[in-house]
Amino acid sequence: MLIQQLVNGLTLGAVYTLIALSFSLVMGILGVLNLAIAELFMLGGYFGFAVLMAQLPLPLALIAGMAGAALVAAIVERIGYQPFRAAPVVTPMLSTLGFSIILQNVATNVWGSDPLQLTDEVLSGRFNIGPVSVSAIQLTVLGVTVLLVALLAFLVQRTSIGRALRAVAENRDVARLLGVPAGRITLIAFMLSGALAGAAGVLIGVHYAAITPYIGVEIGLKAIAVMVVGGTTRIWGALIAGPLMGVVEVMTVAYGGSQIRDFVVYGFMILILLLRPQGLLGGGRSDQGQRV
Amino acid sequence: MSVYDAGLLSDIGILLLGALSVYIILATGQLSLGNAGFMGIGAYLTSWLTVVAGLPITAALIVAALVSGAIGVAVGFPALRLKGIYLAMATLGFGEMVRSFFQNFSAMGGSEGFHGMHHVSTGYIWTWAAIVLVLIMLIEASPIWLEIRAVRDDETAAGLVGLNPTEIKVGAFGCGAAVAAIAGGLFAHHHVYIEPGNFSFERSIDFVLAVILGGSTVAPGALAGAVILVVLPEYLRFLADWRFAAFGALLIGMLLVRRQGLLDRALLRFAWPRSRA
Repeated sequence: MLIQQLVNGLTLGAVYTLIALSFSLVMGILGVLNLAIAELFMLGGYFGFAVLMAQLPLPLALIAGMAGAALVAAIVERIGYQPFRAAPVVTPMLSTLGFSIILQNVATNVWGSDPLQLTDEVLSGRFNIGPVSVSAIQLTVLGVTVLLVALLAFLVQRTSIGRALRAVAENRDVARLLGVPAGRITLIAFMLSGALAGAAGVLIGVHYAAITPYIGVEIGLKAIAVMVVGGTTRIWGALIAGPLMGVVEVMTVAYGGSQIRDFVVYGFMILILLLRPQGLLGGGRSDQGQRV
Repeated sequence: MSVYDAGLLSDIGILLLGALSVYIILATGQLSLGNAGFMGIGAYLTSWLTVVAGLPITAALIVAALVSGAIGVAVGFPALRLKGIYLAMATLGFGEMVRSFFQNFSAMGGSEGFHGMHHVSTGYIWTWAAIVLVLIMLIEASPIWLEIRAVRDDETAAGLVGLNPTEIKVGAFGCGAAVAAIAGGLFAHHHVYIEPGNFSFERSIDFVLAVILGGSTVAPGALAGAVILVVLPEYLRFLADWRFAAFGALLIGMLLVRRQGLLDRALLRFAWPRSRA
């Protein structure tokens, strides 16, 4: 029972990890809370569903979800972030909020407010390992998450784009003096972040075999809590915080009732904000404070 | 006045109070995304006081405002060490926690909601809204406002000239919480039925939207914003299902063209040349 819940928690945690990484990519590099990510996650799910319903395979759905969400993220960056680069941090947050209102409304009108159900199972089959039963979908969610995180890590740590991203995160002006095209780099950061959110949307949609326009507010917002717990200045904090919060939430549902799970998740976030604002993995205090 | 108009007017009054609760906190440079939480506290407490304890509505509202203000100060003290986006995220979490709490609080109906309140008139709602608005405008004309603006512009500098930024920020947070509670109490007695879903993240966002659209640097901006937010959807009915998208576009457009919102100091001075606004 306990181990079973652990597996379920890790699956949810994997999705949280992806969305939290999506939030913290933009937050860590630009210091901006992109509230539209919650809806990019939802949109990604719908794009993926559209592909699956056309009887196309899951990898294609994943790519469609990621590409679609990345495209929308690019629009958000051009209209909702670029013009407000010099404004106080609250302003770009509000403009991305505007996008999130638009995207949710569009999704409600295009696909309806009722949950969209997957008619036939994408992946069937379960594997029994001792007392634990893992479905093929859960394995897929975990596997895809690990793969995407590895890809992102490679991109950020080993490629020239990644170096440019880190340079802009460190100091935008100096990076520009050294010839980094900062405008293009922020666009790439937004699109990468959108792609991650889109992938998370497809995965959660396949996992629940259903999706609603409100899933962004229900799950996407909680990823902000996950990001905070992991630490907003180090994007890799999400790797620990995601699984942790997923397990905490599933355990709360299993042993405390499903009603108090939001209470526990957000309470955990506030506790971290107050006691350890740099997050679980954050460095010294000198690291933070400057971003806001 | 038709029932329909009266309903709209009441909605404007309640939204105005909610927007003002955000405005007071924003004046010190803090953004709260959790004022629906304080609104919920106010709504549930007022309803309990009038329905179960049998208090008259005015007394109940005052008690709720005081209690919520105290909670605001208690929450504000630790929370205001956080700045900017971090505070916004913490208040977002607080609001969701309050909603989640009432969802489980079976003594007040839990997720089934709570009813039994008596309906209050539009005039009563507007009396409260007008009192709070005038009070805030009076504060805006007083030296206290200079201190508040100093804290918003540069906290460190304000501290260096002998102001107490923490006191001012926590005070503003408490006042905002109290005003939000009044909005909640009136909401409960206007709709005579409340459920935890009434006080969700979307509600907090409505308050912030009203302030930003109407004008975030002057108190009457909240009034303009509340009117826009309630009346415009009525005129946008031809857009039917696309109303909210139009709203989001309006918000982005407003931020692009006029970041300070519809009303600002310059506009007020232009409209009333001799006033000190």
